[in-house]
Amino acid sequence: MTGYIELSYFDLLLASVLLLFNAGLSLALGLRLERQMLLAALRMTVQLLLVGLVLQALFATVSLWLTALVALIMALFAGREILSRQERRLKGWWGYGIGSATMLLAGMVVTVLALNGPLRPEPWYDPRYAIPLFGMILGNAMTGISLGLDGLTSLVGRERAAIEAQLTLGATRWRALRPIAQRALRTGFTPMLNSMAAAGVVFLPGMMTGQILSGVAPEQAVKYQILVLFLIAGASGLGVLTAVLASIWRLTDDRHRLRLDRLA
Amino acid sequence: MLRVDELTRRDHGLGLGPLSFQIEQGECLALTGPSGAGKSLLLRAVVDLDPNLGEVIADGRRRSGTPAPRWREIVRYFPADPGWWLDRVGDHMADKPAARDLLASLGFDDPDAVMSWQVSRLSSGERQRLALVRGLLGDARVLLLDEPTSALDVENRDLVEALLRGRLEQGNAILLVSHDPAQGARLAERSLRLEQGRLVSLS
Repeated sequence: MTGYIELSYFDLLLASVLLLFNAGLSLALGLRLERQMLLAALRMTVQLLLVGLVLQALFATVSLWLTALVALIMALFAGREILSRQERRLKGWWGYGIGSATMLLAGMVVTVLALNGPLRPEPWYDPRYAIPLFGMILGNAMTGISLGLDGLTSLVGRERAAIEAQLTLGATRWRALRPIAQRALRTGFTPMLNSMAAAGVVFLPGMMTGQILSGVAPEQAVKYQILVLFLIAGASGLGVLTAVLASIWRLTDDRHRLRLDRLA
Repeated sequence: MLRVDELTRRDHGLGLGPLSFQIEQGECLALTGPSGAGKSLLLRAVVDLDPNLGEVIADGRRRSGTPAPRWREIVRYFPADPGWWLDRVGDHMADKPAARDLLASLGFDDPDAVMSWQVSRLSSGERQRLALVRGLLGDARVLLLDEPTSALDVENRDLVEALLRGRLEQGNAILLVSHDPAQGARLAERSLRLEQGRLVSLS
């Protein structure tokens, strides 16, 4: 790292004037978003400041278990986020469980691969690498998974007659739900494809920009960004696929029935 | 041919059953009762589309020992409002040559053209007849029919009834839900009446 411009809290306060401007706009136009906007901004600030403290402490103690624990907590939050973005959810703990479990699985597999393949920090679980990487992968895979699951649960309700027609004619549950699974998977893969196609042309990815701002040579920052986009693609694919298949398994039973009663 | 033993479901308000009855080979049993009595729920339970208790035996096979997809090939359910999952009629037909023969017997003059029709453009009567064709392909032994001619004119209704009579002669068993008592009288010798999920008479 070759020097960067340090930020003070006063600088942040100045930047927050932009948000106040937005809130004023909402007030003037009667959008009634000002309260929500201020709360979201406040929440974001507190969350990130806390995360900063946690990360500082975490980086000081390089422990595999502590790192894994933090990763688990992040996945649990992601699971909750996935659930809240769905209009129709699986009843009970299933909706939450499938979201969190697939996030953890996909995020872990890809992060561990990256840490033992291209990156190789010493030790490989060094939280300074593991946690930011896991977080980025999680955040992006989460969008894909929640879109995929939302697509699945709303399609299953709408296409009930079509699914049951196939079951009635002797199709297995996997066969009968295949057209819908395909559509849900396509929806889930879209954000990942879009972000790859648009990266560098339509927008400069946040991670790369951050590295450049902190003094890394653009050529290196770009390489990191490409790596991260590949990792995100891998985790999204794995996550969307497992989440959709697990939900289909739960939305049907071993007598090959469609169980919409398991949807809230 | 079809034996239903203590069929029970508890998922809908009033529940259904326990119901027990039999249909012999070549016999049509009419299922009657006011709307909301549980007639469609009974048909869905027999093909195991909804969770239910009890045993059903068809063509000597126990439902509990038969994988569900195979069971639904032997016992075929024809819902009142059939669903479609692909764009063209022909894509839904498992056995195209057999489908052409059936189409001809149901009054479709040009079976090949019918195969390429768009499902979204079908009239409700066409849907009903085409769903019947679709479901009669294969080796179904028991037919569960929910209002099979509700959207048909007299001429087409007679064609469907003639087709069903042919299946009875081949030894199929039929459980028929119909709001038309005359249809029950034409096809069935016995009838089973359901009220509020309970069997009130079998004659």
